[in-house]
Amino acid sequence: MTVCFDEMKGEDGNLRATYEGLDAWLRDLSPDVLDQRCQEAEFLFRRIGITFNVYGEADATERLIPFDVIPRIIAADEWKRLERGLTQRVKAINLYLKDIYGRREILRKGLIPEDLVFQNQVFRPEMNGQKVPHDIYIHIAGIDIVRVAADTFYVLEDNVRTPSGVSYMLENREIMMRLFPDLFSRYRVAPVENYPDELLATLRSVAPDTAAAEPNVVLLSPGIYNSAYFEHSFLADKLGIELVEGRDLMVKGGVVSMRTTEGPKRVDVIYRRVDDDFLDPLSFRPDSTLGVPGLMSAYHAGNVTLANAVGTGIADDKAIYSYMPEIVKFYLGEEPILQNVPTWRCREPDHLAYVLEHLPELVVKEVHGSGGYGMLIGPMADKGKLAAFRTRIEADPKNYIAQPTLALSTCPTWVDRGVAPRHIDLRPFVLTGSDTVRIVPGGLTRVALQRGSLVVNSSQGGGTKDTWVLDV
Amino acid sequence: MLSRTADNLYWVARYVERADYLARILEVTMRLTALPLAYVGSTNEWDSAVATAGCGNGFFSHYSEANEDTVREFLAFSAANTSSIRNCIELARTNARAVRTALTSEMWEVINDSWLTLKKFGKGPTSREEFMRFLRFVQETSLRFDGSAYRTMLRTDAYWFFRLGLNIERADNTARILDTKYHLLLPEDTHIGGPLDYYQWAAILRSVSALTSYHWVYRESLKPWLIADLLILNPKMPRSLASCYDNLVIDCDALAEAYGRQGTSQRKARGIRTRLANSRMTEIFQNGLHEFITEFISNNNELGSAISRQYLM
Repeated sequence: MTVCFDEMKGEDGNLRATYEGLDAWLRDLSPDVLDQRCQEAEFLFRRIGITFNVYGEADATERLIPFDVIPRIIAADEWKRLERGLTQRVKAINLYLKDIYGRREILRKGLIPEDLVFQNQVFRPEMNGQKVPHDIYIHIAGIDIVRVAADTFYVLEDNVRTPSGVSYMLENREIMMRLFPDLFSRYRVAPVENYPDELLATLRSVAPDTAAAEPNVVLLSPGIYNSAYFEHSFLADKLGIELVEGRDLMVKGGVVSMRTTEGPKRVDVIYRRVDDDFLDPLSFRPDSTLGVPGLMSAYHAGNVTLANAVGTGIADDKAIYSYMPEIVKFYLGEEPILQNVPTWRCREPDHLAYVLEHLPELVVKEVHGSGGYGMLIGPMADKGKLAAFRTRIEADPKNYIAQPTLALSTCPTWVDRGVAPRHIDLRPFVLTGSDTVRIVPGGLTRVALQRGSLVVNSSQGGGTKDTWVLDV
Repeated sequence: MLSRTADNLYWVARYVERADYLARILEVTMRLTALPLAYVGSTNEWDSAVATAGCGNGFFSHYSEANEDTVREFLAFSAANTSSIRNCIELARTNARAVRTALTSEMWEVINDSWLTLKKFGKGPTSREEFMRFLRFVQETSLRFDGSAYRTMLRTDAYWFFRLGLNIERADNTARILDTKYHLLLPEDTHIGGPLDYYQWAAILRSVSALTSYHWVYRESLKPWLIADLLILNPKMPRSLASCYDNLVIDCDALAEAYGRQGTSQRKARGIRTRLANSRMTEIFQNGLHEFITEFISNNNELGSAISRQYLM
């Protein structure tokens, strides 16, 4: 068993400086008090209604994401580096998308195989040659990062379609400040509460040129049955913008309007939390009732900004992921500050041979999967499962990538009336406007609550923690 | 404001008001049926409860007989009855959830709390004591909900749509009680002052929480025509038709002022209020109480449709 880096005790078991205050605080505190605080936290979450819906579970339609009361702490210098790396990566992804739907220089250079782009379901031919307002495709990105050693952070996944989770970043902090004012007084924690303002500034900065001086920004949600509905309404409220559904919008003369009690009102920027497929039944899935007929025509006419743009999936697809270092170098001429997890692409014969040979050590993922579904964790799988997965890979190698089983860092977590290390990751949010890139110091830390588990996804029993970035 | 948001606010208010009304009907019926037969006569109060709740058709397609068990189940907990208390609270919460940003957090917490509490009652309490507690809980929910709206909402269009829903539903509920019980309120009724009807009259007043008010206003024992006067024409009684329409005119005018435009809803509301203000009980009895109520219910529905067309679509 490999030794994991522990956020509190490093690799060698010596308390790290950033965690000294937390350690002392934990030792002062009786388990009863902490247990009681946990119950209070759960009560608060349920009361405010911070729940998420789980697909395919009829009776448990609204669940709480378990919240762990022990914060994850990131030192100021660690964060500085992450911040630089995130900014660089998101800039490169924006340039890449502009290129893919424009001149396609990266394909002509042969750096990415053409079929990976053109035969990819998430590639949107509708966007070919279309200009998007201010050339920005990714206004909001959630980049999943894991730590495997004191100085090694990997990007696990780029989420640049409709990333979610930011409401937990904000609410976790609110609840922590209510429950543990004393612990906060031992640290200088950088605030995250300005995220809604930063997001609104970002969205307003990307309004189309034809918009009024005070652009009308709305948040488009699929509605109350969507798993992230709480977040949609939460954000709309914090931003002070209308939370709309497809049926609230209409398109006439190439302009999008919303139906109000005073008649139609023009919409300039749509922060959409509806997937591409469902945006416009006239362009994409004709059976979709979540979208707005004609939305794409208004988009093409340049009268509305969609955030994020349509077709960004071609940047965060797992098949494209492995080319991200090349993408950063190609567009920015810089070495990537944040590394990728070493990745074998099963589409390449020598990679495939390696993967099949080392299957029990590897994590194999479907190229288009998400939410932790459809993956194989080699070291956890029994013989039958390994054999079954081998057959699946051999049948369709292009559909799989493989990565080493990462020793994700662990963080002290409150379980069964005691503190124990559990694996964590981190999703910071990167906002790109026409004026600047904004990153709020923090993010969503997800924690795998099962002992030894590496799956942090909330749909599979993961929890969350407050993420503290220290000011000094 | 989005039309859908306004629509949701309007319906949240209606559903909470309706749940409260159903709870009061059930409570009153349980009271009446607990009395010895000699005091209330041999009428089936459970039949009457179903009629007052306005769901006779739905009820008899599910049950052959109206008795305590079937009516309690249907009005309070049935999933098959779209207007059962349970469904009202669930629908109120669904609507509230869709417009959380338009509600204050206090209002959301009330509605979310009661939805969580509702779950604890499961498929419905079996004992009468527990059932009474349930009915109290429903009435407290509406008190807390209205109260938090009154105390915390900005007086903008959101608030006026909320109030419109509440007052339309309230007017409809009072009118329905009158519609089912009108025969008890006729002055020429032979049973005047008889012990049989006394408890029925008290029950009517209780179901609009006006028994105490009655005594304060009229300072005499229960007289059916005075009860009709209180429920129809007295603007000081919060659930009277006159009071509902005083409020509906205020709500409609506030919207017209906010939007700088008058429309059908404003005219309609004023028209109905004027009709109520110009009526006298003697004249209503002469022309037929039942006819008057029927006409009112249909006018009230028309105002509902006018509001929908003008703002909510």
